[in-house]
Amino acid sequence: MASGMLSLTCPSSSSLSLPHQFKGGAAGKPKLLNQASFFGKRFVNAKSFTRTTMAVALNVSRFESITMAPPDPILGVSEAFRADTNEMKLNLGVGAYRTEDLQPYVLNVVKKAEKLMLERGENKEYLPIEGLASFNKVTAELLLGADNPLILQQRVATVQGLSGTGSLRLAAALIERYFPGAKVLISSPSWGNHKNIFNDARVPWSEYRYYDPSTVGLDFDGMIADIKAAPEGSFVLLHGCAHNPTGIDPTPEQWEIIADVIQEKNHIPFFDVAYQGFASGSLDVDASSVRLFAARGLELLVAQSYSKNLGLYAERIGAINIVCSSADAATRVKSQIKRLARPMYSNPPVHGARIVANVVGDPELFNEWKEEMEVMAGRIKSVRQKLYDSLRAKDKSGKDWSFILRQIGMFSFTGLNKAQSDNMTNKWHVYMTKDGRISLAGLSSAKCEYLADAIFDSYHNVS
Amino acid sequence: MASGHGDSVFANVVRAPEDPILGVTVAYNKDPSPKKLNLGVGAYRTEEGKPLVLNVVRRAEQMLVNDTSRVKEYLPIVGLAEFNKLSAKLIFGVDSPAIQENRVTTVQCLSGTGSLRVGAEFLARHYHEHTIYIPQPTWGNHPKVFTIAGLSVKTYRYYSPETRGLDFQGLLDDLNAAPSGAIVLLHACAHNPTGVDPTPEQWEQIRQLMRSKGLLPFFDSAYQGFASGSLDEDAQSVRMFVSDGGECLVAQSYAKNMGMYGERVGALSIVCKSADVAVRVESQLKLVIRPMYSNPPIHGASIVATILKDSHMYDEWTVELKAMADRIISMRQKLFDALQARGTPGDWSHIIKQIGMFTFTGLNAQQVAFMTKEYHIYMTSDGRISMAGLSSQTVPLLADAIHAAVSTVV
Repeated sequence: MASGMLSLTCPSSSSLSLPHQFKGGAAGKPKLLNQASFFGKRFVNAKSFTRTTMAVALNVSRFESITMAPPDPILGVSEAFRADTNEMKLNLGVGAYRTEDLQPYVLNVVKKAEKLMLERGENKEYLPIEGLASFNKVTAELLLGADNPLILQQRVATVQGLSGTGSLRLAAALIERYFPGAKVLISSPSWGNHKNIFNDARVPWSEYRYYDPSTVGLDFDGMIADIKAAPEGSFVLLHGCAHNPTGIDPTPEQWEIIADVIQEKNHIPFFDVAYQGFASGSLDVDASSVRLFAARGLELLVAQSYSKNLGLYAERIGAINIVCSSADAATRVKSQIKRLARPMYSNPPVHGARIVANVVGDPELFNEWKEEMEVMAGRIKSVRQKLYDSLRAKDKSGKDWSFILRQIGMFSFTGLNKAQSDNMTNKWHVYMTKDGRISLAGLSSAKCEYLADAIFDSYHNVS
Repeated sequence: MASGHGDSVFANVVRAPEDPILGVTVAYNKDPSPKKLNLGVGAYRTEEGKPLVLNVVRRAEQMLVNDTSRVKEYLPIVGLAEFNKLSAKLIFGVDSPAIQENRVTTVQCLSGTGSLRVGAEFLARHYHEHTIYIPQPTWGNHPKVFTIAGLSVKTYRYYSPETRGLDFQGLLDDLNAAPSGAIVLLHACAHNPTGVDPTPEQWEQIRQLMRSKGLLPFFDSAYQGFASGSLDEDAQSVRMFVSDGGECLVAQSYAKNMGMYGERVGALSIVCKSADVAVRVESQLKLVIRPMYSNPPIHGASIVATILKDSHMYDEWTVELKAMADRIISMRQKLFDALQARGTPGDWSHIIKQIGMFTFTGLNAQQVAFMTKEYHIYMTSDGRISMAGLSSQTVPLLADAIHAAVSTVV
């Protein structure tokens, strides 16, 4: 086999798969012409050519025409942060909880659960396609309440998914297959990856008004109008609590009206619950929007994530729940979700599911978890307050920063535009997403002053 | 309880049948008979019939769990960097020029299935040919993965029922007839379900043919180390293709060879012509992964990386891996001997000729159904049995069942 140069033995030129594009050039060196479909639109000069050598053709990659994709707008922020050597740098990009010392946090209950699991010496056999049964059970109970009649009536189909993203993707695949043409209505703005998920799943989407920049609050009338205007039987993507990126949630009264409209239009509510416990500090309170809809007898979809509330980010643990009008429907739907999971990854990872099952399923660990949850949510509330106080002290222009206190959950939607957000990064080394979202989970009280300076400067001095 | 609006929106959703492979275990679990045998899914069992967690895996896991400095932050979209590098070295060889020249992009994925799916989605979006040729037969999930990713699936001849071996001429003829540039799925070793592998000479012919037609190889490597007992030997087919400087895709799984089944650990590697192409390809792989599950799970990949990077643990692993492979080879021999002893009609030498976890018995669906009903033996209806599920204790039961099936059912 000739080394150094790619060479292939070809018994005859007729077995060459290239169309007849080799033409002898002036000095006997052939030029490759018109290679558009095979190699992209580039000419390649052959160094040498014999009847039995394919060196020319295959020195060009089949993937030559592939362009460089841009970095992910959210996850790419952390990459940029890591590359920054400035000592004042602050990462307020991705929604991952940090302690006051700005360290990642592994919950004590998680450590305890992992130790228990190690002691038990459990095996690593494949889970069923739908995931760990004990996990599926406790996760539905956590979401809907353990004594919810829906669960007793077996009307909830729960399938373990790859955290929030994976669970949303399974639901999207179900919609594409069984509700062809049905649209998903997504809030404007929403988590950046929502659109990507539905695009890749080939589910059409449109937006409903949500954020009102003039009030830095909820455009409730716009939201209701847009949901009403959508074709009947649309899926309405709702954030269960702690809306991402705005931190603005409907009030209980507003949720009732949203449910009314959805019911009127025979829409299907599709909840994304990524922050249960992280919004108010209470797991039950944060599930009340979902429970409100469920109590009305509506069929609904709920994607759950344990990335934030149990700090299990990298374990990829979540679930897709489909509340159906009958146990029979739940059985059928579950079987079809399995058919979508099998060609995606066959069956889900066991480790994170076991951790959740151990924590949520054990009364003692569950109570401990609730306490740790309150501490995490409490820290975020306190930096909100401190940031607000710092801005108030600095900014005598009359600009109202109180929206920071009204917003809920990990994020604050600062109202900064792209240029201002860029200033935050370029001048102040504060890393955030270009939509003006900052993750308060990445803020320490020690850094509140600095951040207030950066926001004040960006808001007032950059347009 | 409020009744809500009457009909379900899911009224037209029918109940799907159980997955043909994973459903075997579901059926097995339901069987109340005390004497039953699960030879369905390819999961290794000890001589005592128990699942096995490798000692070296337990140790690595303990180290990780007891390391208080470890956190659970999101991995990058492409996964654990160390794991990716080590996985590439494992399949391509530590001295692989392709790696040294930075022409390989490796991304952590969810075991073999996830790696195949991500690779297929990538090809459906970025490669000019959307047909993939898969061997006949192949793992039951292959056509589903490729179809749902947007590729169109064709087959090439592979298994010859008459010889219970490779239909090599059929394979060559079918690949020769494939359109230039088409994708070809190749089982790197221990073909599933047949256990029939090309010889090195045959692999070389396949390579030449494929390169001459510009066919794009997509390797599924789920049994490296499990086929012959040697990691390097089982990677020869892949390395043969890579050393000619050409491009290929490789889906790797650690489910079997490290017993990581439920942790879902695997990797997709794409060997490109140049480092520049590899960088761009990797950036596009991220766009496939992000809307699917954002980033992969950390636990299993960390265990694998811990083992691969430590020379002592790596050596321990190779010893445990060889022990598993050897036990399977001995089960093959025992089953063959048991059938000979019973005078079971037919030539059963394919049991000891086939390689890897599975034996393609040649039993038909009716015979399989008979064995399940009368002897509570669970296997896939194509006649595939997982040798990993056999023990010296259970070989006699299986031999009796095969004997009865072959003698009474046609």
